Amino acid sequence: MTSALSKIYFFLIGLFLALPMIVVAGVSVNEKQTLAFPPKGFSLSWYGEIFLNPEWRNALLASLTLAILSAALAVAIALPLAWFLWRRIAPWANIFQLLGVAPFTLPPVITALGLLTFWATTGFYGQPWTAVVSHAIFFVTLPLVTLSLGFTAIDRSLVEAAATMGADDRTIFRTVVLPLILPYIVSGYAFAFVLSLNEYIVAYMTIGFTMETLPIKIFNALRYGYTPTMASVTILFVVTAAVIFSLVARFGDLPKLLGAMSSDDK
Amino acid sequence: MRREAPQRLADYGPLFFPAMMLIVFFVVPFATMIAVSFFQRQQGGFYVPAFELSNYQRFLSLFFANVLGFSLMLAIAVAICCVVLAVPFTYLLTRMARKVQIVWLVALLSVLSLSEVIIGFAWSTLFSRTAGITNLLVMAGLMSEATALLPSFGAVLTGMVYQAFPYTVLVLYPALVRLDPTLTEAARTLGASPLKAFFTVVVPALRNTITATLIMVFIFALGSYLLPQILGRPQHWTLSVLITDQAIYQSNMPFAAAMAVFLVLVTLGLVALTVIAGRKGEAA
Repeated sequence: MTSALSKIYFFLIGLFLALPMIVVAGVSVNEKQTLAFPPKGFSLSWYGEIFLNPEWRNALLASLTLAILSAALAVAIALPLAWFLWRRIAPWANIFQLLGVAPFTLPPVITALGLLTFWATTGFYGQPWTAVVSHAIFFVTLPLVTLSLGFTAIDRSLVEAAATMGADDRTIFRTVVLPLILPYIVSGYAFAFVLSLNEYIVAYMTIGFTMETLPIKIFNALRYGYTPTMASVTILFVVTAAVIFSLVARFGDLPKLLGAMSSDDK
Repeated sequence: MRREAPQRLADYGPLFFPAMMLIVFFVVPFATMIAVSFFQRQQGGFYVPAFELSNYQRFLSLFFANVLGFSLMLAIAVAICCVVLAVPFTYLLTRMARKVQIVWLVALLSVLSLSEVIIGFAWSTLFSRTAGITNLLVMAGLMSEATALLPSFGAVLTGMVYQAFPYTVLVLYPALVRLDPTLTEAARTLGASPLKAFFTVVVPALRNTITATLIMVFIFALGSYLLPQILGRPQHWTLSVLITDQAIYQSNMPFAAAMAVFLVLVTLGLVALTVIAGRKGEAA
C-alpha cells in the first residue's frame, strides 16, 4: 500500500479512536453545568468535584480498593498455577488453564449472572468482599496469560543448575524464578487493575445495590441527566489507563506481551 | 531442567489454591446458574428447587426470537465491520517501527480498557445536539443546524465498533506480527502492486486467523449490554440487556438463568459450526 494512503488510513482510525475523548475532554472543562462543545469558558472545577463531592469521592475510593485487591487476588491465583504448569508434566492440569481463560472469553453477563446466583444462594450477596473475589475470577485470565508467557521465556538450565546445587522447589522459586518472572507479575497485575477499575456488569450484579464503583456511579447518574463531572471522570480514567500501559511498555516488552516476538529476535 | 511428573503429594502444592478458587468461584457458580434455570420462581424474587422447563419454554416466543435474532445480527455486523477495518490496519501497524507500534498499542489498550458506561457516555455526547459532532459540521458550514443522531441503530453500531475495534486489533496482532515478510516481498518482486500483494498473498495466508477473529469479536460483541441501552431504542436491546433486566429488576432469576444458559449454547453452537465449516474449507 502506498504510504500516503496508509497515512490517511491511520489518521482516520486515530481520529475515530480519539474523537469521543476530545469531545469529552472539551465538555469536562466547561465553566457552567452544561454539556456544551466547543466548551464555553474554561474551568477545572469538575475535576475538583471528583475529589470534593463525597459521592464521587466514595465511588472513586470503592473502585480503587476493588481494583487493588482483586488484581492482587487474580495474580495470587494465576502465579502458582502458571508455575505448576511450567514446572510439572500433568496434562490434566491444563483444564485449570482452560477454566482460568473461560470467564473472560464468555459474554460477561454469563459470568456475572453465575456469580450473582452463587452469592445469592450462599447468602453472601451484597458483601463488599464478594466483588473482590468476583473480579479476581473474572480477570484471572490476564495475569495467567502474561505469566504463562513469562515462564516460557525462562531458561530451564538456570533452574537445573540451582537444583543440582541442592536447592528445593521453594528455594528455586524464591531465588531464581521470582526475580525473572517479576516484570510479568507487574504487567499482569497492571492489566487486571485497569480493567477492574473500568468494569461494570460484574460489579453491578454482585454489589451494585450496596456499593457504588465509579462506572456504576456514572451509569446511575446518566439516568438523571448529564453532568460535566462524568466527563472529567472519563478523562481521568483514560489518562490513568494510558499512564499505566505506558509504564508497562517502558519497563517491559509490550509488543511481546501482546504476542509479538521479543525485540532481540528481530 | 526437565519437566517432571508430580511424584509426591507436596508436588501438587502450588496447584491447590488456584484449583480451589477456580472450582469454588467459577465452576460451582456456573453449575448453580444451570441448576437455577430449572427452578421454580416464587413471588417476591425467591425460587425453590424444582425441575421444570417452563423457563426455557417462555422464550420460545416470537418476542424473544426477535431479540435473539437482533442480538446475533448486531454481533455479526460489528464483527464484520471490525475485521474489515482492523485487518489492513493491523497489517500496516506490524510493518512499522517498534516504537511507533508501542504508541498505538498503548492507545488501543487504553480504549479497550474503557468501561462500556464511559464509551456509551462519550458517544452519546458526540451524537447529542448540544455538544455533538453536528456542531462542528454547522461551524464548518456543512449543516444549517445541529441535530441529535441518537437513539438510532447507527449510534449503537458505531459505539460497539468503537468498543470492539481495539480488541480486534489485539487478537489479530500476534498472527500478523509473526507473518513472514518475505511472502509479500516475493509478490512485490514479481511485480504485484502493494494492494494486490495484500489481497492475493496476505489475506489468503490469514484465512484461518480471520475466521477465528470473526468468531472472537462476535462473542465479544454479543456481551455488549449497556451500549444498546444508552445509544439505542428499546427495539435495539440485546439478550444481555434482557438477562440483566430479568435478574435485577424483575427478580426472576430462573428465567434470567435460562436465557443465560441458552446464550452460552447458542455461542458455543455457532463457534462449533464455524470451526466445522473451516475444516471442510481446508479439506476442499
